[in-house]
Amino acid sequence: MFDFFKFFGKEESSSKNIAKERLKLVLIHDRANVSPKFLDMIKGDIIKVISDYMEFDIDEIDIRITKVQNEDSEYGSALIANIPIKKMKKIGKNTG
Amino acid sequence: MGEVYVITSGKGGVGKTTTTANIGAALAMEGKKVVLLDADIGLRNLDVVLGLENRIVYDLIDVIEGTCRLKQALVKDKRFDGLYLMPAAQTRDKNAISPKQMQDLCKELKQEFDYVLIDCPAGIEQGFKNAVAGADKAIVVTIPEVSAVRDADRIIGLLAANDLPYPQLIINRLRIDMVKRGDMMDIDDTIDILGVDLLGVVPDDEDIVVSTNKGEPVVANENSLAGMTFRNIAKRIEGHAIPIMDLDTDDSLIDKLKRLFGIGKK
Repeated sequence: MFDFFKFFGKEESSSKNIAKERLKLVLIHDRANVSPKFLDMIKGDIIKVISDYMEFDIDEIDIRITKVQNEDSEYGSALIANIPIKKMKKIGKNTG
Repeated sequence: MGEVYVITSGKGGVGKTTTTANIGAALAMEGKKVVLLDADIGLRNLDVVLGLENRIVYDLIDVIEGTCRLKQALVKDKRFDGLYLMPAAQTRDKNAISPKQMQDLCKELKQEFDYVLIDCPAGIEQGFKNAVAGADKAIVVTIPEVSAVRDADRIIGLLAANDLPYPQLIINRLRIDMVKRGDMMDIDDTIDILGVDLLGVVPDDEDIVVSTNKGEPVVANENSLAGMTFRNIAKRIEGHAIPIMDLDTDDSLIDKLKRLFGIGKK
């Protein structure tokens, strides 16, 4: 019950946080100048390449272009792929 | 040799012209020789914000086309020693000038003035390209709203593509009461999203509307908070380390500023 209130509490639902989240998402696409379709194409190709080496849940894969800061505090874009592995395939273990 | 700043935002209506007028007037108050160049050809407004609309004889396009000499087009602001306006043409369009012509004009103005401040038109088309062509540095003005911040991000990218990779940010019209309620993005949120250096923060202030009604830059009003924040921005441009007000206390920004500067409401 407390969690329920916390979830709908002020912090999470404040319009400022909604604005921030919406901006972050829209800017990722603005900056990279890529469409969700373009990201889906990259995702499809990555899946094709790595599925010979490991098992994973396709729905768990998160691929995005995001802003990163390097050692000189300069901002740039990076392609981040987060792919939780279920199991390594044999061929993957032997190669390498 | 002076420096050329372009003041830009992408989105219209966030306060570029007001910012240009006030930073210019504040720099002139610091004893600098400043020219404000209105690059918004066809939609000029810097003249009315400054209250100099009745003194225009020639404009930017007259200079470019050789109808008059550079000095003939400059309007001297009699209230601020050292402040001049180069008006935009009102009856022409943005294609009446090229980026190369703008560069040449900026080079010429730099010889005469400590600061050349260019009021950039809204948008990312020809008017923007002209306005940034002759600039050495860029100032991006935004307000803490999603549409303005998104456009500012786009402009920051375009500035980098035009050899202006390190623009400085002014957050305009900040409402501390809304920030405290969690209904407006604060300074850190905005900086975090845009990833640029902060030049200043200007609170949402009725004094701006009043001073614009009168055609008097708000920096001339000693009691105005917005005026003070613009004067601080001018000092930072001059290289002085003036801290940005810390908003994270129980006091409102306004009380804090008032106390700091002894304006006190009594």
